[in-house]
Formats: sequence, structure tokens, C-alpha cells
Amino acid sequence: MNIKDLQLKSIEYRKTILEIIYNSGAGHTAGSLSCIDILNVLYNNILEINPSNFNSVDRNHYIQSKGHSVEALYTVLCDKGFYTRKELNTLNNFKSHFIGHPTRKIRGIEHNTGALGHGLSVAVGMAIGLKLDKKPYNVFTLLGDGELSEGSIWEGLMSANKYKLDNLIIIIDRNRLQITGKTEDVNPIEPLKEKFLSFGLAVQEVNGNSVKELEKIFKKIPFEENKTNLIIANTTKGSGISFIENEVVWHHKVPTETEFRDALKELEKQKLNFGND
Amino acid sequence: MIEKANLEIFAEILLSLAKKDKDIIVVTSDSRGSGKLTNFGKELPDQIVEVGIAEQNLVGICAGLSAVGKKVFGVSPSSFLTARALEQIKNDIAYSNHPVTLVGISSGVSYGQLGSTHHSIHDIAVLRAINNLNIVIPCDNFETQEVIKSAVNYSEPLFIRFGKKPMQKIHSDYQSFKIGKGIKVKEGKDLVFIATGETVQRAYQAIEILEKDNFECTLVSMHTIKPFDEDLFLQSIKDTKGIITVEEHSENGGLGEKCAGILVQKKITTNFKIIGFPDEYMVNGSQSDVLNYYNMSPKTLAEIAKDLIC
Repeated sequence: MNIKDLQLKSIEYRKTILEIIYNSGAGHTAGSLSCIDILNVLYNNILEINPSNFNSVDRNHYIQSKGHSVEALYTVLCDKGFYTRKELNTLNNFKSHFIGHPTRKIRGIEHNTGALGHGLSVAVGMAIGLKLDKKPYNVFTLLGDGELSEGSIWEGLMSANKYKLDNLIIIIDRNRLQITGKTEDVNPIEPLKEKFLSFGLAVQEVNGNSVKELEKIFKKIPFEENKTNLIIANTTKGSGISFIENEVVWHHKVPTETEFRDALKELEKQKLNFGND
Repeated sequence: MIEKANLEIFAEILLSLAKKDKDIIVVTSDSRGSGKLTNFGKELPDQIVEVGIAEQNLVGICAGLSAVGKKVFGVSPSSFLTARALEQIKNDIAYSNHPVTLVGISSGVSYGQLGSTHHSIHDIAVLRAINNLNIVIPCDNFETQEVIKSAVNYSEPLFIRFGKKPMQKIHSDYQSFKIGKGIKVKEGKDLVFIATGETVQRAYQAIEILEKDNFECTLVSMHTIKPFDEDLFLQSIKDTKGIITVEEHSENGGLGEKCAGILVQKKITTNFKIIGFPDEYMVNGSQSDVLNYYNMSPKTLAEIAKDLIC
């Protein structure tokens, strides 16, 4: 998919995220909007995961460690044909498998996440297993920046370094906010790049809401031989909707009817202006 | 006849199986020595993943290895594995449904004088409350060997727990073994012992004392705690004068309470006694001293049995 198509996809995906959250009455709005461009580029241009190869181990893998942003993942997987929009519209209904965190009951999802600090170790295990079998596939995992306070993350990083997992790509959705407030107020994690470098990783920084920059960085994998790849994706929480961006309250706020309409209007405008750039 | 420690049998069997199957992977948390897996590491260095002292990471890595098709044994002291990494066991193994075998070594009070930080008298209780996780506690070398052989290609998440003391031979080599099916070791009309793990041996020896006084007792090795063999339990206790459950675990939430729950719900009224560790600041000592102090010496078990039915 070319960059323009990816950019258009991002607008579409944001619309779907807002629709499913608005219609189901629950969801992690701002976090899903912050990571959607990352998922867009991964699923459309990098991962090559589709419904026909999903049941095989012999493919790339994706673990969403920041499980609460599941609406972004549901949106992209729906677009990739893992299930229909009608099925996705059952989100949060009684007995629906579409719940508020990733579950393997949904085709296309590889691991149940939601409790933070788990996905990295699982991805490390997958990357070790693929390497043992000399299989040429990569494992991608998306972590939240608030999630980095979990000690298990740093355990996982040490194993990634020990086993020289250059087939592992860790992406940090660095939107600088968590449920209580700014990450640097809640529990400071900076200097982040230096921390990761000291753990032996190959670190790149990117604008995580630019599909162009994301695509470019993903194509550079592996960054260094024998080193685990880590991308600090600097994002805006709530990216794409002016009144949601950088507002703590939107962590899991559901738009009101007016807010929903205003958000869709903004996206419609972005789409209309798109060709004029 | 005293044989080897179940731990040693586990390590020997696993090594022999892994030599024939390169997909068998062991994951350790600086625990290969404690797990008798030093030889495994030397002979099959590509089939052991060492994460250092990091149990949460160990369990997550086990899940990941399983997800890409490996037959995974995560081996770590039961105390740390089932408390420190409980959330990983719950989410990454059980809830995500990865057929990993977690092996809790030196369980119960095996660590003796090392004290409560190292004891796991909680593990059955906490793991019983986790859906989609099977729990097996082998009593002797035979059960250990059989459960490890079964675990390799088992299709569900599994937790196996054992100690490190040389064990008495309880079963014949011709005994059949299946996860989820307890084994009746002895049959007698007066009293039933339901025991699990290393305490089966103690119940067995208690029965030998009771037999001298002409009591006839049933002994069930309830090696699988989950899924629980309710059929065998109900069949074994039919028409008995009393039931004693024995476990190297807290009285709270273990084998005894599982049996009690069945009895009450089936409206079966009988003499019934749970032997385990009470909810108190526990006494210190060797595994044997601690078990004896808390009524698990064969002699005390025999006395409790007589009090219960006479």
C-alpha cells in the first residue's frame, strides 16, 4: 500500500474506532487513536498476516501488550478480513467474544493481554522459538509507555538482549499520558532511549503518527545484527481528533453524541482536504 | 522400598525424552541445579532457556515458546513460580490456553529450615481457582515418570508439583496412569485416606500401623487435583466409617476442602478430617519435622484415624 493509501486508511480506521466505542458504550478511545497508525502500517505493509496464514506458525507475529487499546486492533483485523463488521459491532454485548481486551477467541489475535507487562516476555519466547528453528520470521510487540513501569518488562528486555533477538521488534507507543496523568508525573521513565541502549538494544525514534516515517523505519529492520530492535514511537494520545488529543480524561472516555458527530466531522474534513495537500 | 526423589526421576525422564524430541524445551530461572537439570543443560544446551532469577519472565517466555510449537517445561521452585508469577500463569498460560507444563519444584515444606519464603503451602489453593489449568502432584517415582511422559504431548495447561525427598515405591510398574484419574492403592472397609504427593507415603505407613490393630483401610493417591476424580472419590468412600485427607499444603483451599465440598453437596455425612497446615505462624524445622509437628507422622495419622472411627 502506498503512503497516500495508508494515510487514507488511518482516517478510515479512526472513524471505525470512534464508531465501535460510541456504539458499544465503552473503550479506550485515546490510546487506540494514538497507536492506530502503527497498526495500520504493520498490518498493511509489514506483517503479512492474513486469515489464510494465521493458523500457521510460519509467519510473522504480533502481540499487543498494551491490550486496552484493543479497539485499534479490532478495527485493523476487521479490515484485513478476519471477521465482518457486523460481528465486530457486537463489541461488549452479552456473550460476544469482542470484549474490552484482546482474546484468542477472536481470530487474528495471538495472545490474551490486558494485564500490563506481559506481552514482551511472550514475544521473547516466540522469538527464541523461531530462532531455534532457524525460521526467518519476526515478532512484533506494542507496549504502552505507562506499561514500562512494570518490572517484568525489564526482565523481558534482559532475555531479549541475552538471546540476541534481532527477530524481535519492540514498539513503544510513547504518548506520554496514562490514566492518572503525564507519565513523567506518575512515574518518570525518562531518559528512555538511554535506558534501552544500556539494556543492549538497537533503538530508533520515530513520529509514531506518521505512516511515512513508520514505514521507513520498519523497512530498516533489523537495525543492527544480533540486537533486539526497539522503536520509540512518539505519538499523540487521541491523535487525529483535536479535542481528544493530549487530554487525560479521554483515556477511556466514550464520546457523547455531540462529541461523536464533531469527531466524525473532523475526520470527514481531513479526508476532503486530503487530495488538496 | 525407597527409590529416588521424584525430582531426580523428573529430570532423568525429561532428558531421555528431550534427546528424542528437539521440540522439548526447558525454561529455568537460575533453577537448573535445584531442578536436577544441570545434566540436561550440558547434554542439550540448545533445548534449555535460562532467564535468570525472573519467574514472571520465565512464564511469559514459556507461553511464547509454546505459541510457536514448542513442548515447554517451565521449571522453578513452586514457592516463587506460583506466587511471584501467578498473574503470568493465569493470563499467559491458562487464559491464553497454551499447553505449557509448569513444574513447581521443592514444593510444600521441602525447603525445611529455609523457611516460609521458600515454602509453597498456597499453590494448590491459588491454582485451583484458575480456570483451564490442570494440577498434578505425583506421589512416587512411578507417578512422576508417568505424568512427565503424559505432559510432553498434553494438550492443556498443566502444573506439576513435587518435593525432593527420596520416595517409597507405592505403585507397581504395571499400574495404569492417566491425568485426571486417581489411583486406589489399598482397599479396606474401615477408613479411607485420600492423600496427594509425598503425603501418600505417610498415609501408607499409617495404614500399616492400623493394619496391626486389625483396621482395614483404603488409600487413594489423588495425584490429580484438577480435574478432580470425583467418581473414584465417591466410589472409594462408599460405606466407610471415616475419611482423612492428607496434603502438604494449607488446610485452606486444598485437597481436603475439595473433598469436603463434594461431601456436603452430595449430602454425605460421615466422620471427616482434613490434615494439612493450619492458618498460623508456622513452626520451623526440616520437612519431616514440620510434617510430623502438624499431625502428618504415620503414627499420629494412625491415632487420628482411630479417634475418628472408634
